[in-house]
Amino acid sequence: MAELIKVGMADYKIGSNPASIISYGLGSCVGIALFDPVTKVGGLAHIMLPDSTQARSAENPAKFADTAIPKMLDDMLRAGAVRTRITAKIAGGAQMFKFANATDIMRVGERNAESVKNVLKKLGLQLLAEDTGGNYGRTVELKLESGLYRIKTIDKGEKEL
Amino acid sequence: MCEEILNLSVLQLDALREIGNVGAGNAATALSQIINRKIDMTVPKVSILPLGDVPDVVGGPDAMVAGVYLRVYGPAPGSILFLMPRESAFYLVDMLMGREQGFTTSLNSMDESALMEIGNILAGAYLNSLSFFTKLTLLPSIPALAMDMAGAILSVILSQIGTMGDHALVIETEFTTEFEGVKGHFFLIPDPGSLSIILSAIGVKE
Repeated sequence: MAELIKVGMADYKIGSNPASIISYGLGSCVGIALFDPVTKVGGLAHIMLPDSTQARSAENPAKFADTAIPKMLDDMLRAGAVRTRITAKIAGGAQMFKFANATDIMRVGERNAESVKNVLKKLGLQLLAEDTGGNYGRTVELKLESGLYRIKTIDKGEKEL
Repeated sequence: MCEEILNLSVLQLDALREIGNVGAGNAATALSQIINRKIDMTVPKVSILPLGDVPDVVGGPDAMVAGVYLRVYGPAPGSILFLMPRESAFYLVDMLMGREQGFTTSLNSMDESALMEIGNILAGAYLNSLSFFTKLTLLPSIPALAMDMAGAILSVILSQIGTMGDHALVIETEFTTEFEGVKGHFFLIPDPGSLSIILSAIGVKE
């Protein structure tokens, strides 16, 4: 059995082949999978919020899209990944509850996904695939043997990006 | 920066637990009257948890649950969440609709309305007692329902708290019925700024 590395909410982990990195029950959060197909070094971040500059408390960089992704990328480069080869896949950013007067708070999933894409663009990382939005939760798993990103839902089945 | 909730005194935590106790007691009584069954409840727990650990309270981030979510409006805003294992939600609607136990395996829109109404009644009963203690006018929003993974449902509330800190103050009570079928967790999660307002209002602000 390959090692299964678990990532909690507002955290990220990196690893290398043959491990898998998994994060359970993403709702409005976004799971960002980065992968270098040659060294098979990868990382998975489970971010909660779009932007650290708009938060009162920004002590944990893994909580925000704009701080978690660069930090995880740095760790991967230190572990031997090569920047120009690293690509990204993302999933999550759901709106779990629908209220009639949806405020910005309720739309945090959408804002998370938007921010993640901006950060990836800024860092020059290619976004290969995404499965974002909707109103359901996702469990995501990055397989470091192949870079496959498996997404499980309760009622919408399973898919691989 | 030091988070306010990490510095609560024993006295303050006790006061919050007592509020939870009376609030949840009211809610349990209301639920018991609706389903005409005896409801037991645990003594409320007041926990200060790292955000990522909150889903563990209800069996982990991938546990299948039904969640009724309400925002609390007023001078001390926050979130109320009533979480049940999926099977409990099915049992509960069977009871409410007068069907045979075990009949329901997925929710129709009538069942969903019934669960939201339950959430509404529980939240109303809970907030009534909280308002009584604090003399603050606290009102619940219209409820919203989701049937999904616990982590996904909680992420909505936790991300709001996450803008202010890395810990959540969770006042949590577990309900059980006399038979196995129905159990649930009732959560009151004050917005970060609300806690000092509640504590001042009940006179235990340091």
